[in-house]
Amino acid sequence: MYKVLKNEKLNDSVYLLEIECLEIARESIPGQFVIVMAYEDSERIPLTIYDYDKKSGSIKLVYQVVGASTLELTKVKDNLYAVLGPLGNRALIIENEANLKESMVLFVAGGVGVAPVIPQMKYLKDKGISVDLIYGAKNKSSIILENEVKDIADEVIITTDDGSYGIKGFVTDVLKDISKRYDYCVAIGPVVMMKHVVMEAMSKGLKTIVSMNPIMVDGSGMCGACRVMVDGKVKFACVDGPEFFGEEVDFDMAIRRMNLYKTEEGRAYLKSLEGEHKGCKGHE
Amino acid sequence: MRTLDSSIRVNNFEEVNLGYNRDEAVAEASRCLNCANPRCVLGCPVNIQIPKFIQAIKENKMESAASIIEESNSFPGICGRVCPQEKQCEAMCIKGFRGDAISIGSLERYVADWALENKLNDTTHAISNGKRVAIIGSGPSGLACASVLAFHGCEVTIYEALHKAGGVLAYGIPEFRLPKRILQEEIDKLKKMGVNFVFNTLIGATISFSELKKTNDAIYVATGAGLPKFMGIKNEMAKGVFSANEILTRINLMKSFEHDAKTPIYAYKKCLVVGGGNVAMDAARSIKRMGGEVSIVYRRSLDELPARREEVLHAYEEGIEFNYLVNPLEVEVDGEGHVLGLRVAKMELIDEGGKRKSVREIPDSSYVIPGDMVIMAIGTNANPLIRKNIDLECDDKGLIIVDGTKTSDVAVFAGGDAVTGAATVILAMEAGKKAGLEIGKYLGIMD
Repeated sequence: MYKVLKNEKLNDSVYLLEIECLEIARESIPGQFVIVMAYEDSERIPLTIYDYDKKSGSIKLVYQVVGASTLELTKVKDNLYAVLGPLGNRALIIENEANLKESMVLFVAGGVGVAPVIPQMKYLKDKGISVDLIYGAKNKSSIILENEVKDIADEVIITTDDGSYGIKGFVTDVLKDISKRYDYCVAIGPVVMMKHVVMEAMSKGLKTIVSMNPIMVDGSGMCGACRVMVDGKVKFACVDGPEFFGEEVDFDMAIRRMNLYKTEEGRAYLKSLEGEHKGCKGHE
Repeated sequence: MRTLDSSIRVNNFEEVNLGYNRDEAVAEASRCLNCANPRCVLGCPVNIQIPKFIQAIKENKMESAASIIEESNSFPGICGRVCPQEKQCEAMCIKGFRGDAISIGSLERYVADWALENKLNDTTHAISNGKRVAIIGSGPSGLACASVLAFHGCEVTIYEALHKAGGVLAYGIPEFRLPKRILQEEIDKLKKMGVNFVFNTLIGATISFSELKKTNDAIYVATGAGLPKFMGIKNEMAKGVFSANEILTRINLMKSFEHDAKTPIYAYKKCLVVGGGNVAMDAARSIKRMGGEVSIVYRRSLDELPARREEVLHAYEEGIEFNYLVNPLEVEVDGEGHVLGLRVAKMELIDEGGKRKSVREIPDSSYVIPGDMVIMAIGTNANPLIRKNIDLECDDKGLIIVDGTKTSDVAVFAGGDAVTGAATVILAMEAGKKAGLEIGKYLGIMD
């Protein structure tokens, strides 16, 4: 059992989960993820680590309610049944740290993807590397962790789809017009967003690192659910990733594979919201 | 052995084999010739004194039969159910040359179940010798090693990445072949012996290997096989193509078959399972129980199927279709990337005098086997995490190099699939047992 220190709502569908786990906090490096299980019979959910405190031995995760399993996670108060990690490799930008000395790194985050960019930005800032952030959200009320990112990044540009806050439009609209010279771009968010950021950045000759979040089961190199096509080869996000160089990733394939369980999961989600449907067998 | 009727069992996950009753066991035991030079013992990877325990059954001395088995094997309830006996002990049985070999596996299972029912498994803590041993992985190899070391008084801790113990026995082998309560009994037995289980812990990630070395006198690495293999054919990333490991994990470990399961399983009408081993049979028979039609796609013929005979027979009884001498060329997909079937080439066997017949493709023979789900059950590659997280010499495939069970590090031992690549439960147990003895010698507590 893992003690839950916080499981609080950040906005309508996004939650902050803070868990006490000494070993994971001690071993964590930016870019890594954990797998959590709410209860003994729950689904295993992979979530990127957003913050860790090596002294107090706690980690923080941000998650969005997208189906029955994440909805169930919101109900956990005292203890989580399982937390496994830290999993995956350290952030690719850290892997390439040696060439970064005088560099500037642009982060692009979409939705809850703003949480996992935070430890990477912090890490780079501590090394004296300059970082900027373009952060895209649906609307004003869906923006999270605004103060945190503003405290770290040198410049933060926020976009909203409906223009209710910051610049109206998508992150790519801002990226298109950017004149500053960056050495690397790191994009974390919905797969569709990452795809377009990579295309836009490529046209500017900017190398982009992306963090893939495919379906996973064990998360430690056994089941093979999390495979992604990278540079024409099958890679397993849990052991080869989760980060890859964007121009090598087959995003369309990744988008298709994300939808694999959509009907099954949607059904489970509806069931948990509305209770079991009775007498409509024909719909199955 | 009596089995659950196939028309009933395809709708549930209950154990297929019903086991002997006492009369049946005694009758089967009475067929044993009690040979002076028992070949069956040589066929057993852990050398159980087979004729001795069979004679005890014959004389109705079940308790003594149980202790004879226990001397060589701590997990008879598991081995009696999953060992490929027809290739081991029963293959060597003299009776088998003219008629049926003695059903040694069924007798072993009978004794194990009898011992369980009569609560013979009340093992206790051995007196501690103060030596600490860490075992990485709670699969059959890790459990077997723990059993030997705990018996000799070592303080044993097993580290498991998943949330449940058993490794492949928990996530891989289905309930209808090895009921989880049998596995749980064996694990409880180890706990009573003082073995400590630590879950959700990936060594090299949660706890570093060097730290583990500091806090233990010896380590046994039993991390198992690794990433599932894929064929590398066109459209293999299509929606509806899975590894057998994923499907089995969803069904066995995450209980996708239960009505209110939270982990989903892909909905299908006709599933094609590529491969002919035990994992292919387990995947085919598990998915069959989720409803729909299931077909095996295998490139050799019935005679070459590497799966346990009984599983093949049960698969046939359960209405699973077998396509022999066909090899997948590509996955056929619709416009949205959903699986429509497998394009296969017809194959022919060539006898080159080797142990296993090889196959060659018949030119221009391809056709499509329709199906909306494909499961690849063609083996595994070494898990890259071993090489990354654990500092041991590996071969170019990523398998740990050993001499017996000794690795390049004097205090570290390794065995099971992490050393051999994907093999059987009993071979992993054999390695675990051997490692237990070698660790005992290394620690100076056994001769």
